[in-house]
Amino acid sequence: MRKLLTAATVAATALLASANAQAADTIALVVSTLNNPFFVTLKNGAETKAKALGYNLLVLDSQNDPAKELANVEDVVNKKVKLLLVNPTDSDAVRSAVRSANRAKIPVVTLDRSANGGEVASHIASDNVAGGRMAGQLVVDMLKGQGAVVELQGLPGASAARDRGKGFHEAVDKASGLKVVASQPADFDRTKALNVMENILQAQQKIDVVFAHNDEMALGAAKAIQASGRKIPVVGFDGTDEGVAAVNAGTLTATVAQQAGLIGEKGVETADKVLKGEKVPAFTPVELKMVTK
Amino acid sequence: MTTLKRFLSRNKPLVGLIVLMAAVAVMSPSFMTVDNLLNILRQTSINAVIAVGMTYVILSGGIDLSVGSVLAFCGAVCAWLVAGDLSIWLAIPLSLLLGAGLGAINGVVIGTGGVQPFVATLVAMTMLRGATLVFTDGRPITTGTGAAADAFWSVGGGYLLGIPVPVVVAAAVFAVCGLVLTRTRFGRYTYAVGGNEVVARLSGIRVNLEKTTIYALSGLLAALAGVILTARLESAQPTAGAGYELDAIAAVVVGGTSLSGGKGTLFGTLVGALIIGVLNNALNLMDVSSYYQMIAKGAVILLAVLADSRKSP
Repeated sequence: MRKLLTAATVAATALLASANAQAADTIALVVSTLNNPFFVTLKNGAETKAKALGYNLLVLDSQNDPAKELANVEDVVNKKVKLLLVNPTDSDAVRSAVRSANRAKIPVVTLDRSANGGEVASHIASDNVAGGRMAGQLVVDMLKGQGAVVELQGLPGASAARDRGKGFHEAVDKASGLKVVASQPADFDRTKALNVMENILQAQQKIDVVFAHNDEMALGAAKAIQASGRKIPVVGFDGTDEGVAAVNAGTLTATVAQQAGLIGEKGVETADKVLKGEKVPAFTPVELKMVTK
Repeated sequence: MTTLKRFLSRNKPLVGLIVLMAAVAVMSPSFMTVDNLLNILRQTSINAVIAVGMTYVILSGGIDLSVGSVLAFCGAVCAWLVAGDLSIWLAIPLSLLLGAGLGAINGVVIGTGGVQPFVATLVAMTMLRGATLVFTDGRPITTGTGAAADAFWSVGGGYLLGIPVPVVVAAAVFAVCGLVLTRTRFGRYTYAVGGNEVVARLSGIRVNLEKTTIYALSGLLAALAGVILTARLESAQPTAGAGYELDAIAAVVVGGTSLSGGKGTLFGTLVGALIIGVLNNALNLMDVSSYYQMIAKGAVILLAVLADSRKSP
């Protein structure tokens, strides 16, 4: 991790240096943390695209700290960058940072997490509804439209849980032979999923597939199923390192992976359009990828 | 009044548990099966073990908010030791010792340092959660595939004479701690400190030492819960145990122990933990919608406490 951080700092410094040299348009990317592989991949995607489109990309790490994030944004606003790409540490906390860019008339594009306030030109994130639909379709195909399905839901009220569930049900509810025999919350948590799945295994004699709203819960459910001695395929969501490894090991059947790199690329593409004065949609969904063995 | 009637009027939480179980049994046919009852016991065991320590702490007039973080930290250390293929006969005692040590620090800060228990353990809760994140780098630690990992799994997932190991452990914890609480000087002093600290001090009880021991016990039991949880998942989660302090406090309170200290029993705590365990299981079995689950849980806890607070004259 530390190496990555150093690499990121070096890269940022190098880009900054080249910005001064070439005087090309500079875009800033303020990222929530580079201590998480997901956001490092997002940053790499943005860097590649910025290079291809001829922009200098200035990357700043907020280290998951909203105060640091605000300071970062104020710094790049003072540097008079052309556009701010921000991946907020928190949707509420980022408001004042967005406003300070607004005051300086610097357009803002949010990545992965949205901002609850301020003016944002466009928001770019995974399309959770479409991802849920992909998982649902996979389940329909696996069971050929016949069977009993269990859904482990994320934190009640969280937008990711709502959207993934919505997409999943859109696909599954259409197949009349498929029945969702249990939809229970396990709060995106592996431990909770273990207990909830154990309870559901007690209640349901026949379960053909389990779909969990994230990989953590999928891994917890797989443990419960393994301990019960039954064989039930589990489909996860997110494509975390552990989730993908579990798919390769056969513990999980599939996981719907978010494409962090693509979010970064689309961010820079959108920035390019905004700077050229083209119209951009308020929300750009980024497709997800089904990872199977 | 017959003996049975007197027993029941003194044990209102137990009546509540029986009513709850009867109601669920009517509503869900898969509830009253041997498998499911063992399942509930296994799931309850982790909260029950923590709640035993919490009962001692609350009886002594304190509170321990750090149990969830102690659980996570000691669980992570244990997973790390097992992943290094250290024998579980060393890894587990070391983890428990660590928990007891962390608890003892709480006790010293509260006793000798004179910091209020709520504040002292809130600080420990925050710092230990941070320490866990630093130690794990924010990621789960899996126990790996070594020989130690195989043996370790049986601590959480194994059976002893047909009974899940965590249930056996929890039962042993209740038996030992129950005897200590009612039959030893340390146990009686726990009530005395919670009943009236000044009087306890004047009667020659070394209150600070007593408190240190009590918080060390709470830390040790939280670490034990962490070991069991880690063994069940074969991995330690950096976020494990968040909110467990509230479940444990709920079990103690539902079991009729007074939050102001000095009054209560471990048997009550056992019943309280079972009420919460049965409720969680029942809501899953009956496929109750997620939004209503929290309302139902809160309502049952409130009912249990209300029934108990209307003391018979």
